[in-house]
Amino acid sequence: MRYLVKGGLVVDPALGPEGRRDILIEDGKVAAVGEDLAATGEARGSRKASHDGHSGGDDLKVIDATGKVVVPGLIDMHVHLREPGREDEETIHSGTRAAARGGFTGVVAMANTSPVADNGAVVDFVREKARREGLVNVYPVGAVTKGQKGEELAEIGELAGAGAIALSDDGHPIANAGLMRRALEYAGPFNLPVIVHAEDKDLAGDGVMHEGFVSLKLGLKGIPAATEEVMIARDLLLAEMTGGRLHIAHVSTAGAVELIRQAKRRGVRVTAEATPHHFTLTDEAVFGYNTNARVSPPLRAAEDVAAVRAGLADGTIDVIATDHAPHTREEKAVEFDLAPPGMVGLETAVALVLTELVARGVLSLREAVAKLTANPAKILGLAAGTLQVGVLADLTILDLEREWVVDTRAFVSRSRNSPFEGRRLRGMPVLTMVGGKVVARDGRIVADGEEKMAEDGSAAGRGVVAGWAANG
Amino acid sequence: MFLDELLQAFFNFVHPALRRIRPKPPNGRPPRAAKGVRSLEWKRKDLLGLEGLSAEEIHLILDTAESCKQIYEREIKKFPTLRGRTVVNLFYEPSTRTRTSFELAGKWMGADVINVSSSTSSVAKGESLRDTARTLEALGADVVVIRHSAAGAAHQLASEVRAAVINAGDGAHEHPTQGLLDLYTIRERKGRFAGLRVTIVGDILHSRVARSNIWGLRTLGAEVTVVGPPTLVPREITQLGVRATHDLEEALAGADVVNILRIQLERQKKGLFPSLREYARLYGITAEKLESAGEDVLIMHPGPANLGVEVSEEVARDPRSAISGQVQNGVAVRMALLYLLTGGRAQDAVLG
Repeated sequence: MRYLVKGGLVVDPALGPEGRRDILIEDGKVAAVGEDLAATGEARGSRKASHDGHSGGDDLKVIDATGKVVVPGLIDMHVHLREPGREDEETIHSGTRAAARGGFTGVVAMANTSPVADNGAVVDFVREKARREGLVNVYPVGAVTKGQKGEELAEIGELAGAGAIALSDDGHPIANAGLMRRALEYAGPFNLPVIVHAEDKDLAGDGVMHEGFVSLKLGLKGIPAATEEVMIARDLLLAEMTGGRLHIAHVSTAGAVELIRQAKRRGVRVTAEATPHHFTLTDEAVFGYNTNARVSPPLRAAEDVAAVRAGLADGTIDVIATDHAPHTREEKAVEFDLAPPGMVGLETAVALVLTELVARGVLSLREAVAKLTANPAKILGLAAGTLQVGVLADLTILDLEREWVVDTRAFVSRSRNSPFEGRRLRGMPVLTMVGGKVVARDGRIVADGEEKMAEDGSAAGRGVVAGWAANG
Repeated sequence: MFLDELLQAFFNFVHPALRRIRPKPPNGRPPRAAKGVRSLEWKRKDLLGLEGLSAEEIHLILDTAESCKQIYEREIKKFPTLRGRTVVNLFYEPSTRTRTSFELAGKWMGADVINVSSSTSSVAKGESLRDTARTLEALGADVVVIRHSAAGAAHQLASEVRAAVINAGDGAHEHPTQGLLDLYTIRERKGRFAGLRVTIVGDILHSRVARSNIWGLRTLGAEVTVVGPPTLVPREITQLGVRATHDLEEALAGADVVNILRIQLERQKKGLFPSLREYARLYGITAEKLESAGEDVLIMHPGPANLGVEVSEEVARDPRSAISGQVQNGVAVRMALLYLLTGGRAQDAVLG
């Protein structure tokens, strides 16, 4: 199957300035990028079929992207797929569908599964399961320490050999500074970044939300901003000392942004990510004891949200990632103190980036795209995140104008724990293509290949945007 | 008619606050407020906290409680106001006085009162608050009084059941009935709130009593000072419109009311202060330290007091102390709340 994506505004930092371009996809790869490709011999005869129909005897399909934005397939470098172990919350099958629906063509699967991905067998399992059941690319992370217990290094060589693309004890910060130092050193030759969830467990205590006026009012135990900052300060110093590659997950405080900014200035090999919830919501989202707003690190104060946005704008924060953390309804329908932290993010992230950052002028569209494509690809060493000729055709089409209201019932994730229920957003992914195959379109999963997609296309054409609670 | 007479007997001895809430006339017209009486009626389904309550609402509760307190002058303490109503005391934390106070309040007004004690460990066994709420709903509870170690538990319950929910303490969030009985005691002894200087001493950080007191007192116009070691007095507390200090002497100078919070030994184990001995030395209220307070200073404590720690025995027994009076006021306030939260429906049933 060949595709011609026609008439879209192509935004790919690797391709130079954005402009209206056509993209020809053959054999699952980008075959050509240029202006008005339909005029070339390869795609002749396709003009009549500009509405996604078959083009006569040719197997070329035209995807009309007029008025839309075409970007390299988005990469979410922080996802909890929960398999193996918590298949009631999410599976590789469901999580990759949620990713496809949300415009992501690749997800980084965190290692805190059960069993923990601290050995080659679990990494193999994730990769194999993803190959059979996954709808998008799954890049597994290996644990830094055995069992993520923070006691002994995991067999990092074996993990690298099995295909782990990064190391992380995410969710279980490494308290022992000596061990963290050794991890940064030892990972060096394998060229794997160490992704840290920065949290001093002693400072966090049994806190359940950001410590501040809101926690005081609600009578909930607080987690001070310094909980995150002392750990980041330590890890930055260790990265500086060892020359190791450090990636700081879900930066949430003003102090953390400033620490990273300073470290980058003095040349520390550090990168950082921020989540849509940390650049959108404050701790006030917890009012009413909304357990879907319980997350780690917690939603912070307004000045922290502003600092995270500023960090994204000035490049201190390289990546936007979701920390997609599915939990079942039963787990969340309890007292706030007892609810597990975490929220799903795959199916709202792109719209939040467009609504909260691009539309408000925090990031240009190009910068936002880089933080979802080229930047994570570079940190992880992936041959992805661009539409240059010759790469696998992972591609996302965005509609910047479409307004919709978040309806978690429409999610294809197994879990619904989103604090954004009912929120009005502007912009959404309308087509996701992985390796030259359309996997999602207009909020629908296209798992069974192009033929089904064509049928769905007619539904979309009638304006019945299944799944998305479309709102105009 | 017997019921009617009893009801009338109840109304006859009560304060205008209750008298104006008359049974609905048989022709089905809504009751009309008597002339000259504030037309305010209780409209909330639940009482989850004092945050957000208006001064009028607080005074309505206190006025009603004043009427209810007259029950202590009666030989037979039983009225049929809540006959046929079911009050469930759902206590996930041990409590003697709050539970007994609610039980007595319900029983004196003729309600069927059921006590359900549940440890939070049963939550771990899979019996969630949500399940319990559904069970209580199915059993036909009219009022659920809940005490829980998790802040927000009462809110969660209130959203799950049609019954009126009274928060009897949720974590460090609020303990509105304690706050109301403290307000009642202050009003009874001092007669005013505006400009009254109230000092709250102790573990402000973990205290739901402190939060409810602060909300209520600020709404009614009192000036509130909180005092304790910095580990127990969060900096953000001043955003509630109170003054914070760590100097007890300064906090007591000129105080009209001193409300002493119970100190929990477990806080010491968590490193929030070095020892009970040092706490008593720095923040324990003794007669000597009270000298800088107003001569007629009102001493309060939600109980049970650790005598010799946060308050000396001498102070607890001082005539200026309202500690035992607070207990009676607690029953009166809870009667008032049970009445207000079931009011309309109880009368309909009587006439039905």
